[in-house]
Amino acid sequence: MKFDTPATTNPIDRLKVVGRPTSRIDGPLKTTGTAPYAYERHDVVANQAYGYAVGSTIAKGRIASMDVKAAEAAPGVLAVVTAGNAGPLAKADRNIATLLGGPQIEHYHQAIALVVAESFEQARAAAALIRVDYTRADGAFDLERAREGVTGPSKDDPDSTLGDFAGAFAAAPIQLDATYRTPDQSHAMMEPHATIAAWRGDQLTVWTSNQMIDWATTDLAKTLGIPKEKVHVVSPFVGGGFGGKLFLRADTLLAALGARATGRPVKVALPRPLIMNNTTHRPATIQRIRIGATPDGRITAIGHESWSGNLPDGKPENAVDQTRLLYAAPNRLTGTRLAVLDLPEGNAMRAPGEAPGLMALEIAMDEMAEKLGLDPVEFRIRNDTQVDPEKPDRPFSQRQLVECLRLGAERFGWSRRSAQPARNRDGRWLVGTGVAAAFRNNLLTPSAARVRLDKHGMVAVETDMTDIGTGSYTILAQTAAEMMGVGLDKVVVRLGDSKFPVSAGSGGQWGANNSTAGVYAACVKLREAVAQKLGFNSADAVFSDGVVRSGNRSAPLAQAAGDPGLAAEDAIEYGDLGKRYQQSTFGAHFVEVGVDAATAEIRVRRMLAVCAAGRILNPLSARSQVIGAMTMGVGAALMEELAVDTRAGFFVNHDLAGYEVPVHADIPHQEVIFLDETDPISSPMKAKGVGELGLCGVGAAIANAIHNATGARVRDYPITLDKLLDRMPEVG
Amino acid sequence: MQNPGDLELTRRGVLMGSAAAVALTTGPFTEPAHAAAKRQEPILSTVSFTVNGKPRRLELDTRTTLLDALRDHLHVTGPKKGCDHGQCGACTVLVAGRRINACLTLAVMHEGDSVTTIEGLGLPDGLHPMQAAFVKHDGYQCGYCTPGQICSAVAVLDEIKAGIPSHASTDLTTPPQATAAELRERMSGNICRCGAYSNIVDAITEVAGRQA
Ligand code: FES
Ligand code: FES
Repeated sequence: MKFDTPATTNPIDRLKVVGRPTSRIDGPLKTTGTAPYAYERHDVVANQAYGYAVGSTIAKGRIASMDVKAAEAAPGVLAVVTAGNAGPLAKADRNIATLLGGPQIEHYHQAIALVVAESFEQARAAAALIRVDYTRADGAFDLERAREGVTGPSKDDPDSTLGDFAGAFAAAPIQLDATYRTPDQSHAMMEPHATIAAWRGDQLTVWTSNQMIDWATTDLAKTLGIPKEKVHVVSPFVGGGFGGKLFLRADTLLAALGARATGRPVKVALPRPLIMNNTTHRPATIQRIRIGATPDGRITAIGHESWSGNLPDGKPENAVDQTRLLYAAPNRLTGTRLAVLDLPEGNAMRAPGEAPGLMALEIAMDEMAEKLGLDPVEFRIRNDTQVDPEKPDRPFSQRQLVECLRLGAERFGWSRRSAQPARNRDGRWLVGTGVAAAFRNNLLTPSAARVRLDKHGMVAVETDMTDIGTGSYTILAQTAAEMMGVGLDKVVVRLGDSKFPVSAGSGGQWGANNSTAGVYAACVKLREAVAQKLGFNSADAVFSDGVVRSGNRSAPLAQAAGDPGLAAEDAIEYGDLGKRYQQSTFGAHFVEVGVDAATAEIRVRRMLAVCAAGRILNPLSARSQVIGAMTMGVGAALMEELAVDTRAGFFVNHDLAGYEVPVHADIPHQEVIFLDETDPISSPMKAKGVGELGLCGVGAAIANAIHNATGARVRDYPITLDKLLDRMPEVG
Repeated sequence: MQNPGDLELTRRGVLMGSAAAVALTTGPFTEPAHAAAKRQEPILSTVSFTVNGKPRRLELDTRTTLLDALRDHLHVTGPKKGCDHGQCGACTVLVAGRRINACLTLAVMHEGDSVTTIEGLGLPDGLHPMQAAFVKHDGYQCGYCTPGQICSAVAVLDEIKAGIPSHASTDLTTPPQATAAELRERMSGNICRCGAYSNIVDAITEVAGRQA
């Protein structure tokens, strides 16, 4: 189904199932520990052996020699796989560094071997017997230092400009020129990257944990040099990804190689201490923001440049993207500056670009509001735009940023805030509130599904879409139930299998809208098949309560299926509505913090998010997406930082003890409000995404609240108490 | 608690075994590989405990954690492995009613113990009230931390009932209550990267209220 004109009324608009708060259909499995994750698939293949991955202990250089004899001779060991004996391997386009290193080493903890043994304990013990001599090469690991050599854009990412930024900024009566820093961050999803691989002849099956089934299938085939049809990828449950499982990673390749070497199914989970340097991370940024405005608070010039580093051929962290679209201004300059760093591969983590970008931009807006003597909510409202500022003939399909800010301010009690910092005291706590805008684009990508109807009236949905905690199972079931006019109990959903039609997959908050639209398309086809089978006119057939009605005739849905059943497959494909309209999601975050007057300990006391993100398909799980993102935002603001050893070139705190993420005690009760919105330009579902929107801006809202509480402006994340202590107000 | 006399393995044997391992991995490599390998031959031991009420007897490499004994040997895969280092709480199970990180304890240390995993609390056709409350409040997303969260939550309410204080307790003489602050403090060993905390506390609070 080609979607090239805005949606009109369709069966989804009945909202009998879609749009209602619905408990997850996979909830009973997840809460009883019976949902099967990759490493625990004892049910799929017998005689599994255990693989233990070994990582490089240098960041750059070569393996001079590697002695695996002791490991090979250790009890229970079946094979030791290295680049030397694995056979030729290609590198897939979506991987920047090779997944099995050697002799060349591209980053610390790059996998260099897999030990396969009868037991986990044996594989782990044997892995410790491998002796490696390296020849180290010099590398660049320090972004601050590398930044000095990078003054302009790379040829792949030219600057975007409008008007005369330099002139307008110089002429602006009120100016801000400030630099902000965000650190490297780790996805730290709770389920380690894990795979079981088994070969049958030349046919490979992997049970894995991956957000993008078709990418994994394509890239595994390419890496191994085998046809894609020979690779079967299965990933029905994914224990979190946040972008860290978008790509084929070492667990999958190593399991496949280990299984090929031993002739046994092999399972591999990346050990937690290996994950943060072995896999991808969100790159650190240094962002310079310049804003010029008139005294009445109109922005006349806005400039945003962001430095980040990556391995050769890596991409920049696109932290300036939102600045092209968020606020009006006639003179603009945005651009990325990319340095080569030999740290592990930088890549997408939840809301790549916008998450770090808004951490900086939305502090800058707060600073500017302060300079202007304007309320920060009002300052943002004054610079709203309903069109793409760079291309004014391109309107936003929907843009309710102002409404989010106004409603949030009212619900949060914003008017009680003191504009003067450090004025609000609650016992030992200095209390402050902060606001930030949330912004994230709505991405359109084709998504296919198959829908089957059987003689009992059961509807089965099959698509390679994944549920990484996002609630895909449930919203796809809701979509099919609405379209076919049945209850949720009559729908089963099967996901995460490369034998199913290729979906949008999970990433970039594009999953919900695109994958439900794909199921919508397949259901439209199935409805036609049903109508035809019953001899009804499909244009006026009404599907509801398990019955199909047309004129004064009606028949049970199940009857149309008959013994052989009916099936239909289709995909949603998009025309140019994404070009003609700017499609984005909007929100406003409000945060109250307390900062201990003596110790500068920071506690988040209240959080509110107001979101405008099209139709909310399942308010229960959508709210969870937003509170989960807000929680990640607390981590980004206050604690998360991969500490770089700039001499040895690795992330030092590479486990869950050293890399701190928020825990229960860090998170207060969180409020979320969804504006009642539908966006007929986005898809027949009229929905957009929220999973990343919820993270965008949170960090800055917290930083701004800390400033309001203490008067101290910290531009260097995470905001830990040591950065505040010597700038705290005198304790009265 | 297990009776040390029940173990077929002596303490001396364990020490000798581990001393050999240390010498091998840190010392200069002088012996031929096969001799080294011989020293690494796994030391096996049998252990018996009940899992979700069922008696189980296993012969295990003594290095096997309780978590791996459950997941890999007994195929009881409800307890999850998030870190294997006591950092995340995904592996939380109840041993004699008290919560522990199953990755931080060796299986052979649990002779005679009774182990309850998430499956022992309830299965899809008969959810424990805590499991049902997690579903109702959407106290999870990816589900990977969830078995640990729920086992912890059940134990937390028992700890509060038993009057065991926490860092969040205002004083040591009045019995602790299931307040949000108490729950957040006591649940903080269970990381949820999906960030379901606010909903998890709502779920536990509802169950605590019903019990009270
Ligand atoms: S797996 Fe045991 S605490 Fe993380
Ligand atoms: S539900 Fe995913 S980590 Fe808690």
